[in-house]
Amino acid sequence: MATFYPIQIDSTVGNPPLQKAIYTATGRLMDMRSAAVSMVPEFEELRTQASAVKKHTIEHLDYYLEQVERNVEAHGGKVVFAQDATEVADFILPLAKQKGAKLFVKSKSMTTEEIHLNSRLEEHNLEAVETDLGEYILQLADERPYHIIAPALHYTRYDVARIFEQKFGRGETEPADQAMIARGVLRQKFLDADIGITGANFVVADSGAVVVVENEGNARLTHSAPKIHIAIAGIEKIIPRAQDLAVFLALLGRSATGQPMSVYTSFVSGPKRPAEIDGPDEFYLILLDNGRTKVLADEGKRESLNCIRCGACLNHCPVYRKIGGHNYPWVYSGPIGAILTPQFHGIEQDPWLPFASSLCGACGEVCPVKIDIPRILIELRKDVIELKTAAGTNQLERMVFRMWAWAMKRPKAYEMLSKAAAMGAPRGDEKTGWIKHLPGFLAPGPVAGWLRERDLPRPAAKSFRELWKERKK
Amino acid sequence: MTSREAIFTRVRGALNRKPGDFVPAPPPLRLVVPEMDAAARIATFRDRFEALNGKLRVVGTCDAARAAVDEILNGRAAIASNAPFLQECGIPCKTAFRDRAELKVACAEIPVGITSAPYALAATGTLVMLSSDEEQRLVSLLPPVHIAVIPASRILVNLDELFIKIPLPGDVTSALVFITGPSRTADIEQILVRGVHGPGEVHVVIVEGC
Repeated sequence: MATFYPIQIDSTVGNPPLQKAIYTATGRLMDMRSAAVSMVPEFEELRTQASAVKKHTIEHLDYYLEQVERNVEAHGGKVVFAQDATEVADFILPLAKQKGAKLFVKSKSMTTEEIHLNSRLEEHNLEAVETDLGEYILQLADERPYHIIAPALHYTRYDVARIFEQKFGRGETEPADQAMIARGVLRQKFLDADIGITGANFVVADSGAVVVVENEGNARLTHSAPKIHIAIAGIEKIIPRAQDLAVFLALLGRSATGQPMSVYTSFVSGPKRPAEIDGPDEFYLILLDNGRTKVLADEGKRESLNCIRCGACLNHCPVYRKIGGHNYPWVYSGPIGAILTPQFHGIEQDPWLPFASSLCGACGEVCPVKIDIPRILIELRKDVIELKTAAGTNQLERMVFRMWAWAMKRPKAYEMLSKAAAMGAPRGDEKTGWIKHLPGFLAPGPVAGWLRERDLPRPAAKSFRELWKERKK
Repeated sequence: MTSREAIFTRVRGALNRKPGDFVPAPPPLRLVVPEMDAAARIATFRDRFEALNGKLRVVGTCDAARAAVDEILNGRAAIASNAPFLQECGIPCKTAFRDRAELKVACAEIPVGITSAPYALAATGTLVMLSSDEEQRLVSLLPPVHIAVIPASRILVNLDELFIKIPLPGDVTSALVFITGPSRTADIEQILVRGVHGPGEVHVVIVEGC
């Protein structure tokens, strides 16, 4: 069980251009969010409403899953339940074969990142093309998203130029030119594609519909141009009523990018109707578990499933802003990743993750559906400690804390110990007063490791208790 | 056990529920529509839409709408949807295609797509498209320029008002699409680029009379 932080200090924290890119991008997203939120006096009310609606839906998920299924089928679509990545592939691959489909276009979807759908399709000689500009760049570079809504946040225009030069012999460095190069390549893919795959920001139970929110138009093209549309969504993405969207859409755009409304929001309920000229002939909705029912079973933490993937908690997190997206072990990064990953994969996989937080609370404050992320982080820490205690791997730690607790409950003993510590402490640096080294006997194993990256202030000449006594005289 | 059954079993186990168990009503809806007269709706739509770099013209008659469209086209070829309002305005380039493949090719080659829109939303500067035999999806999507011609009476206050008018969009269309300004991306260094996949130029002509 790795208890240290497996973070690549040199490639992120020690990389000034990357640090600047992360700070600038997340800083701008924070500014845009706060400007957009300040225009809506009832924003808190919207958060409360959205949180209540999500809580109700998650607590009666079986009922709403049945409703989704019924209503998708009423509109001529088909619902497929998949327990994991393999079952998604087991549905898509035979369908592709039966339809003679070779080319897939995809719009941005974290759920498909979760199950590595593209590589599964490619293993079977099917071409799957990401069409969101950021995701397309990542696909060319063979990387995973750095951020939930700004996947290529860590790339500069020069990185993009290098990738495009290599792939297309086009080295333009202006983002406007680069976007047009991608448009040209992807336009042909849209026209030729056999199947379009989208994710879903929401699945609407009373309408049997999926809602896809975007700015570029690639998701619209993905569900409008090919003959078959497959939407893939986690089972937790449901909201009960189309009318709930008035609240959820007001929150999502503002929280994600500071937009009162994203450029395109599509509400797709089934394949094209008989009189329509364009639109897909077939519509499939794949509802994916992939660990979600495990999260659901934990009553104290199931609100983690309320997430609408706006990315606001990432932008506001001092830890994400320092370590970036790729130091998190799974596709979901930042605070929401820190609570989802251990719950999906088991806390023993990444026990360090809930501790990689300052518990400043910013994530909980900006969450549009009021997920109490800081509380869940603490709950997860408790789970890690319980696991260690059961395994007996934290005996030294437990002993130290027991001694600490003993001293804290006895004022006299505490006073004596702090005096002894002040007297025994080294003088430290003459000018600054900082202690850079402790003698070995004062700094056993783990303490030495802790001190390697830190200096200590010299203990004060008089303790607070002494000063307090003097004052009272 | 099928995957479906396995998932339902786990969901019900997690929630301690049985098939057919009671489900209370979801929290009451929150739909709020502020009072706004016709002039304010146009003015608000203008503010929001122009802030997104949309180009707005407000005209008095159907003839003026046709003239405005001609002026925007400035000689460029266009494809139009089958919306009856465009025909009322005498906008000539009706979609002749009855075949999806032909329509796709045409929309990919022609520089301008003209549609109407069943509704617009003042509060966000949004066009509301309901896909149908009258409004094809690709006309407002593939050409780099989109022109929408709408009667002023179709401007609603906000999303809330739309969802009061159409509580179940799936009953009236297979695809409801909100269009709020030109296509944009900021995926490279957060620098704004318009027209990456959808139209980079969006014009709206609001017709007050006719």
